[in-house]
Amino acid sequence: MKKPSRHASFSYSLYELLSSMRFAIGLLTIIAIASVIGTVLKQNEPYPNYAFEFGQFWFVAFDWLGLYDVYHSAWFLTILAFLVISTSLCILRNGPGFIKDMKAFREKATDSSLAAMQHSEEFEAANASPEQLQGYLAAKGFRLRQHRRDDGTLVLAAKKGAANKLGYFFAHIAMVVICLGGLLDGNLPLKLGELFGRVVPETRDLPQSQIPEQSRLSTRNLSFRGNVTVAENKSADVVFINSGNGYLVQELPFIVTLKKFHVDYYSNGMPKLFASDIVVTDKATGKETPATVKVNHPLIVDGVAIYQASFGDGGSPLNFKAWNLASPEMAPAKIEGVSLSSQPLRANGKAYQLEFGEFRQFNIENMERSKAEGAKSLTERMHDAREVKRDKNLKNVGPSITFKLRDEQGQAREYHHYMSPIEQDGASYLIAGMRKTVAEPFQYLRLPLDDDLKIDTFMRLRAALKNPALYDEIARRSTAKAMQGSAISPAMRQQFEESVKWILARFGEGGFSALEQFLDQRVPADKRQAVAQTYIKILQGAVVDVMAVANERAGAKPLTQDGRHYRFLLDSLVAASSLNDYGVPVFLQLDGFTQVQASGLQMTRSPGKTLVYLGSLMLVIGIVLMFYIREVRLWIRLGNGRVRLAMTSNRHNRDLDEDFRRHRDAIQQLVRGA
Amino acid sequence: MELAYSFDERPLWQRLNLADWLFAALLVVAAGVTYYRYGAYMDVYEQGILAGSTVGLIALGWFWKAWRLFLPLAGAIALLAIQLYQGDLARGQSAFWLRFVLSSQSAIMWMCTLFFLATAVYWMGLLTRSALLGRMGSGLTWSAAVLGFAGMLTRWYESYLIGSDIGHIPVSNLYEVFVLFCLITALMYLYYEAKFAARQMGAFVLLVISAAVGFILWYTFDRQAHEIQPLIPALQSWWMKIHVPANFVGYGSFSIAAMLGIAQLLVRYGWLKDKLPSAEMLDEVMYKAIAVGFLFFTIATILGAMWAADAWGGYWSWDPKETWALIVWLNYAAWLHVRLVKGWRGTPLAWWAVIGVFVTSFAFLGVNMFLSGLHSYGTL
Repeated sequence: MKKPSRHASFSYSLYELLSSMRFAIGLLTIIAIASVIGTVLKQNEPYPNYAFEFGQFWFVAFDWLGLYDVYHSAWFLTILAFLVISTSLCILRNGPGFIKDMKAFREKATDSSLAAMQHSEEFEAANASPEQLQGYLAAKGFRLRQHRRDDGTLVLAAKKGAANKLGYFFAHIAMVVICLGGLLDGNLPLKLGELFGRVVPETRDLPQSQIPEQSRLSTRNLSFRGNVTVAENKSADVVFINSGNGYLVQELPFIVTLKKFHVDYYSNGMPKLFASDIVVTDKATGKETPATVKVNHPLIVDGVAIYQASFGDGGSPLNFKAWNLASPEMAPAKIEGVSLSSQPLRANGKAYQLEFGEFRQFNIENMERSKAEGAKSLTERMHDAREVKRDKNLKNVGPSITFKLRDEQGQAREYHHYMSPIEQDGASYLIAGMRKTVAEPFQYLRLPLDDDLKIDTFMRLRAALKNPALYDEIARRSTAKAMQGSAISPAMRQQFEESVKWILARFGEGGFSALEQFLDQRVPADKRQAVAQTYIKILQGAVVDVMAVANERAGAKPLTQDGRHYRFLLDSLVAASSLNDYGVPVFLQLDGFTQVQASGLQMTRSPGKTLVYLGSLMLVIGIVLMFYIREVRLWIRLGNGRVRLAMTSNRHNRDLDEDFRRHRDAIQQLVRGA
Repeated sequence: MELAYSFDERPLWQRLNLADWLFAALLVVAAGVTYYRYGAYMDVYEQGILAGSTVGLIALGWFWKAWRLFLPLAGAIALLAIQLYQGDLARGQSAFWLRFVLSSQSAIMWMCTLFFLATAVYWMGLLTRSALLGRMGSGLTWSAAVLGFAGMLTRWYESYLIGSDIGHIPVSNLYEVFVLFCLITALMYLYYEAKFAARQMGAFVLLVISAAVGFILWYTFDRQAHEIQPLIPALQSWWMKIHVPANFVGYGSFSIAAMLGIAQLLVRYGWLKDKLPSAEMLDEVMYKAIAVGFLFFTIATILGAMWAADAWGGYWSWDPKETWALIVWLNYAAWLHVRLVKGWRGTPLAWWAVIGVFVTSFAFLGVNMFLSGLHSYGTL
């Protein structure tokens, strides 16, 4: 025989390696490990996040390794491709043998090999009739073949459960089919396109129409998965596909128009329904298909599935009252805007850029202040454990808007304003949040609302607090009141009046912190506490007069003097003080809105799906056949008054021992001629 | 769940006795009544699931005779509870039987107690080699399973009492699936226990169930996780009814396999050798558990992929849960390959099964705790 050449032996060993199980298991292990990386490292985040997290060196290194999109990286796809090759070769290598084995009855097995089988026994046979034995085996579900040996002995070779081997084919071909389906739907063609420079992801933030041709994918693209956000009564005919650091634009064969977006809540405030009423217009025929897309209920048009993916604000027209904080006596101006857009704003002679964020009509908050868990008695805990329903105190606190005010230097502060009165501890407030950087949490201030649930009274009070022209009058009234209550002696009258004016001036300038600053600078540490108490007392007394004077001058109804209104005044002091740190000279009070929602739609085309499902079905069938069909072979050799019974199976367990015993007993019975 | 190589080669329908047919008739009637009363509220898929589960449960009863008693008993207890509610959830706190035994939470708490007791009794039986204690352990496990199953059915009804739009099958959050896990693991174990006549295995399998029960108790008392919450839109799908239970047959089997792996290792290293069944037998049960688990886990993952194609826009998104399901699947695929193709047996495979359950636990719990993704329903 000719010795195989070096080359042939190399390619044979390669074939041997690729088709071997250890190679396949090695690949599976690598896939498993690579998959772990992808779950630990958040995938497809914006690149700056990674750079921030890992530092420049590792950011570049990980990027080079493709770790930000492991499952679509070239090396991962290569491993998958190798898995397909390996499994295919495994089928090619073992397949013919298995098929041969499935067909064979091995009726030519020799005596010695029969005797060597684990389950094998020879016994006397007085009356062995082949027909009877054949009948028995057939009744037990065996298929069989006879073989008359040269020495005259007869071998009945029987078998059943050949489908077990079929299971091997099903399961392994299934893997190849699933992987091929997956590769078809994965972005392999896209990756190749990028590799050869035919497709270049766009990294700039451009209007859709200006995105260059090299970043656009035509409707002929076989498979894609992209997203687009459509506002109510707007349309889209493309989706955006994330690709590394940029994105691609996928053209659609139709136009999707969002008519209305619906969101429903359960009584406990959890979301119940997200749905979009859309109309799909075919570009070629103009045919319109109206439909409602819900989570779990996609719409399929032209092989493209349209999913409800997300929702948000679509740019809602808003009305504001702009209160000039620097000139508090001015009436508020009316301003209009649209959420998610920017516009210039002039306030107090300075130019600002007003950048609106998202408008939200519903804000569900948990208002519950539950009893601390540790304080619960055993009985209460047992009661809680039995109760499957608990009424949560969830409340819709109404619309809110976020916006940034950016000054000419580019510095911005971010604001989060609610529109509706929010009740806290029995009083109503307007809540407004502010923060200097995105990393901080919002700091909320509570502007107390008057009897009409408006902030006008507070603003009037604040204007008076900041108006030195009124201090004389206020101080006079405060002093008179103090003397009436015999809190001060007539001798101190002058001094008290001055103190009131001085405190008002300080507070008007800088709120509580201005007073505190003065104390820290001028008053010895051991007396500060006492002096501060006095200041607060005087201020709390004077604020009643401030309000009264302000109301008189504005021709407004005076506040009735009661606990509730006194609390309003004290809250006003806190709010007026906090407003000094508000950062911009204008307070934008949200006053009205017309909600326009947007729906995030995901659109996919995945022709590989059918293949994947077919493969999955084959996989399940294959596994069932492999595990639950036992291949059993049985031989009966008749001759010379003796019978040899032998049995093998691809699975050795207790059942096999048991079966062998039973077959043996039955056959012994038959051949004894009873 | 070895299909059919029983020696009795008569066709299945000839081997069925009167009890089998009565059981089937009972289930068909129950399904009929369900369809008559609630069919109008079901979509075509749910009607399909009703028919399919009827057939499946009948088949299970024919295959595993104990099921014919278990299912009607649990169903009857649940029906009794439903009767006692009289359509008013508040009666759960006032009516005596509901308050102390039959409301879903009470029944589940009883399940927890009985599982703990069963664990202790099985261990005593193992250590003293007492057959009586072993039988008591079985009895306690059966009782726990009956009450737990009845509790789940009652909970299903209670969810509709909270609000007709809130009602749903109790497999929607981590608390509910933990109860499901205990039930499925216990029932599968009881099947193997009877089949292999080896109650000593109970001491080990019940340990993992007890761990899950411990989690349930903590989750109830510390986190109030047992409260019924409505379904968020992503979970409002008939897929949930088949995807989740299929998954937990997988998780349960892998857990049984791991615990039997530990028992086998003890025997092989000479511990409790005179008290436990032979290592070969434990090895065989372990293999059977993994084979069943692998089949169901495969089906569950495929169902999950099909659901994802409906809900998330693609059958595979490399979401952490999906990816870890794949890792678990690859792990057991490799395990089965080396056993069936390479012929490995014994110690290495037992170790591997034990390690396997850690991988599985991470896929089940760890992903929810440490990783974020689409599958974030069951956060702790």
